Amino acid sequence: MITSAIIPKPLARLPWRLIFLVSGIAMFGLIVLYSAAGGSAQPWAVKQAVVFLFFLGIAVAMSWLREATIKSLAFPLYGLTMMMLIGVEALGFVSKGAQRWLDLGPIRLQPSEFMKPAIVLTLARFYELVPAGETRKWRAIWPAFVLLGVPAFLILVQPDLGTCIMVVLCGITVMFLAGLPLWIFIVPAGAIAVAAPIAYGMLHGYQRKRIDVFLDPESDPLGAGYHIAQSKIAIGSGGIWGKGFLHGSQSHLDYLPEGHTDFVFATMAEEWGLAGGILLILAFGAVIRWGMRVSAGARTRFAQLTAAGLSATIFFYVAINLMMVMGLAPVVGVPLPLVSFGGSAVMTVMLCLGLLMALERQQRTASRGSS
Amino acid sequence: MSGPIRLTTAHQSITFSRRMLVLGGAQAAIGTMLIGRMGWLSVAQNQKYQLLSESNRVQLIPVPPRRGWIIDRKGKPIAINRSSFRVDIIPQQLVDGPKVVAEVTKLLKLPSDEVDRINRELAVSRGFQPVSVADNIPYDQYAAITVRLPELPGISASRGFTRFYPAGPAVGQLVGYVGAASAAEYERENKNPLLLIPGVKIGKEGIEQTMESTLRGMPGGQRVEVTARGKLVKELDPKPDRSGGTVQLTIDADLHEYAARRIGDQSSSVVVLDVTNGDILAMPSMPSFDPNAFSDGISKNEWKMLSDDDHLPLVDKALESLYPSGSTIKPSMAMALLNAGIDRKQRVNCTGAFQLGNHTFHCDKRHGPVDMDSAVVHSCDVYFYTMCLRVGAEKLSPMIRSMGFGEKFDLPFDNQRYGTIPDPDWMMRKYHRKWQGYDTVNMSIGQGMVLINPLQLAVMASRLATGKRVIPRLLKNKPITPQAQLAVDEDHLNFIHKAMWGVVDHGTAAAAKLPLDGIQMAGKTGTAQTHNLSAGERGNYTASQWKLRDHSLFMAFVPFDNPRYAAATIVEHGGFGAAVAAPLIRDTITFLYDKQKALEALNVFEQSIGGNPEERLARKTAAWRSANGLPPLPTKQA
Repeated sequence: MITSAIIPKPLARLPWRLIFLVSGIAMFGLIVLYSAAGGSAQPWAVKQAVVFLFFLGIAVAMSWLREATIKSLAFPLYGLTMMMLIGVEALGFVSKGAQRWLDLGPIRLQPSEFMKPAIVLTLARFYELVPAGETRKWRAIWPAFVLLGVPAFLILVQPDLGTCIMVVLCGITVMFLAGLPLWIFIVPAGAIAVAAPIAYGMLHGYQRKRIDVFLDPESDPLGAGYHIAQSKIAIGSGGIWGKGFLHGSQSHLDYLPEGHTDFVFATMAEEWGLAGGILLILAFGAVIRWGMRVSAGARTRFAQLTAAGLSATIFFYVAINLMMVMGLAPVVGVPLPLVSFGGSAVMTVMLCLGLLMALERQQRTASRGSS
Repeated sequence: MSGPIRLTTAHQSITFSRRMLVLGGAQAAIGTMLIGRMGWLSVAQNQKYQLLSESNRVQLIPVPPRRGWIIDRKGKPIAINRSSFRVDIIPQQLVDGPKVVAEVTKLLKLPSDEVDRINRELAVSRGFQPVSVADNIPYDQYAAITVRLPELPGISASRGFTRFYPAGPAVGQLVGYVGAASAAEYERENKNPLLLIPGVKIGKEGIEQTMESTLRGMPGGQRVEVTARGKLVKELDPKPDRSGGTVQLTIDADLHEYAARRIGDQSSSVVVLDVTNGDILAMPSMPSFDPNAFSDGISKNEWKMLSDDDHLPLVDKALESLYPSGSTIKPSMAMALLNAGIDRKQRVNCTGAFQLGNHTFHCDKRHGPVDMDSAVVHSCDVYFYTMCLRVGAEKLSPMIRSMGFGEKFDLPFDNQRYGTIPDPDWMMRKYHRKWQGYDTVNMSIGQGMVLINPLQLAVMASRLATGKRVIPRLLKNKPITPQAQLAVDEDHLNFIHKAMWGVVDHGTAAAAKLPLDGIQMAGKTGTAQTHNLSAGERGNYTASQWKLRDHSLFMAFVPFDNPRYAAATIVEHGGFGAAVAAPLIRDTITFLYDKQKALEALNVFEQSIGGNPEERLARKTAAWRSANGLPPLPTKQA
């Protein structure tokens, strides 16, 4: 927090450390995108900068939301997102194999993105309403599963495995923190281990192939394994200090596919090396830690669960993307927030941060009021 | 409120804090693992991935080296490279084959022969292997193709080098030819990418093939940075190519070419040696193929015309063809007889026939009483039948072999044949029968089992001339083999020199005296039967059927009193040795001393057979095409 006589109070009260951190990450992302375009601000860096600034503005504006307002919006937001998800299935014309977008004239919406914060808010709200004594009872458990399961299923059949996994993980995190009995998490985990081979049989061809290739990338180095193989080459060849800005041959010569979207981390690592990678991971770690602290310091159960859930959303974004890029997870199509080109992830993360900033402001004002 | 609820809320808050700790710990653990993983990739495995990244980035486009020249002993080029324009088809990139081929045919005005060849090669091509459409095309045709390249997928037009043999067919058998590598050759060289570049030719025959490693050179590489889609980004510092090495032959190109032309329309080969060091000065085998035509890719009809020819243009007659030596063996036989103690003054009465058991052997005429000298000079068979039987084969064969017959020479050709000089042991091993008197009789005049090649005949002449073991040599940089003394008596050698001088001076080859002052030739004629003669055919050397005529042989050395050069020829079905073979050697040797005189003689000779080689070949091709129902070739525009 900056306190200075020159800076007006409302501005000074903003969580500047977080804003600097997030802007730093986004700035680094823009530099990487500039390089990925072959040393050009077009077509990605400028567009991305505009999107980022726009959503940063929205996030800052959101920081003035009151907890009560957020709380009251939780269920309506969830309902609206559900309607849009159903709309995608119903109205969306099936032109390509995947149908994820809702085309509303000038705006194209991907409702599954909204579901990430929406599920966190909804489950936080739900567990706030459940009396403490009831938490371990069946009626505190099954509604959560319905609230989580229905949208997860709708997203899975779009098909968008990456987002589906994210939504499920975010929901489960909130449920875990809400204090549900541990067997709720341990038993399904065991069940998944058993059922995985069966589920594997029901996957779409391309999804199945991605898992095959993840388990054995060398089986198809020029086909589906190409992504992982080239990404590992990019990261591995970068070394400690990288090949230098604009000198990444993997990305500049198009060997690295999706070098500006899902595999942007590889593009970055090639030019900035392990040093750049650690810096970026630590920066994200700091953002998530900030969010977790908001949760820890929250006064209300809703704020606690919401803050932790939203932080987890950011965490899962980063963790799944990096695992995928480094060959530790199958390629499921999760972008690296703030760095990957594309508005959806920026929007989701900035919405999460906006809500977190709002909760943080409440804490601060409340503590100031009490002191 | 009441206690239990507050307790539960507290309990809930404890659970929350504890689980937050678990969650934060898990997140930190995953973050640490990610950093660890990244460190593993970029530090521990950095080298491996750097290598992979470089092999992605940098591609080597091989730049074919220029093939080394083949030059003669004086540095005159025998095989060189000419810059040329060429058009190829890359089968892999071909979209609409028939349409593209038709379009190119129209642009290049290809004859139908060529179109057939292209289609045939396309049908068996392996995708990666370019099919040559046309080599050596004029610039305006090259330009016409270049501007239409976008409409002609699979066609590649490039500048390159074409192998050029200034002497054409005269050196065909000597140097062989070059051509694009076949799929089998590509596999044999472990898929050397160089062989796939259009226009890269490798040696297929002769010196071009056996000296391939010297001639090829080292391919360079244009190191380029390419994108994943194969688009060239920038050129890096190239790896320079190294041109192939020059191969210098001991051949005297002018002499070689002269001898080739002097052969005329005969099927023959000539070998000229420098007896002082064994250098092969000339070794043409005619008729031959034009290696320039072969290097462009030969059409089916051209190939058929060559393989149908009974004069065997595809065979190197100097090294691959074997013939009975006929009477050319007699000087060496005489040496063997002298060594065995036969008195050269002793006479044998030749009645024109010789009876052994119930078989009669003939001489070509009744020579009357002959001593060794006149037996060589007039080539009396009965003298050699009689004397050789007296001495026995065991004492004859070693001398004949030491003179070079049946000997293997280390020359850069992989399809030489060495022939046979029989003896009783060999007969038992090979035919499981005892040596008989008639075997000795046959061998005494170079018939029967005796088989030699023309090079061996020239070597024999040089060894008779020097009394030393002359070893032929074709590659100039190969050290000269020291010449060991042969186990022959100096006096015997002088006698034989005089007898062989007599052959040319007043004997069977008297018509082949050199038209030179002070230089006299010593030689020996030979006439080799190609089948058993009937009584009526005997002495008739111009049988109506070419195939049935005798081979005509001649070997010689000059000057007879101080030998410097040796020469030999075998003219297939040439008839009597003195009539065809001897004048051929006479003119060839004249060329060594007096070019002007030799060229005048050649001019007279060529007038008598219907013009220079180009005119004769054109006429022959036209005749062959009309006989095979093909349209005449279009006149070539330069």
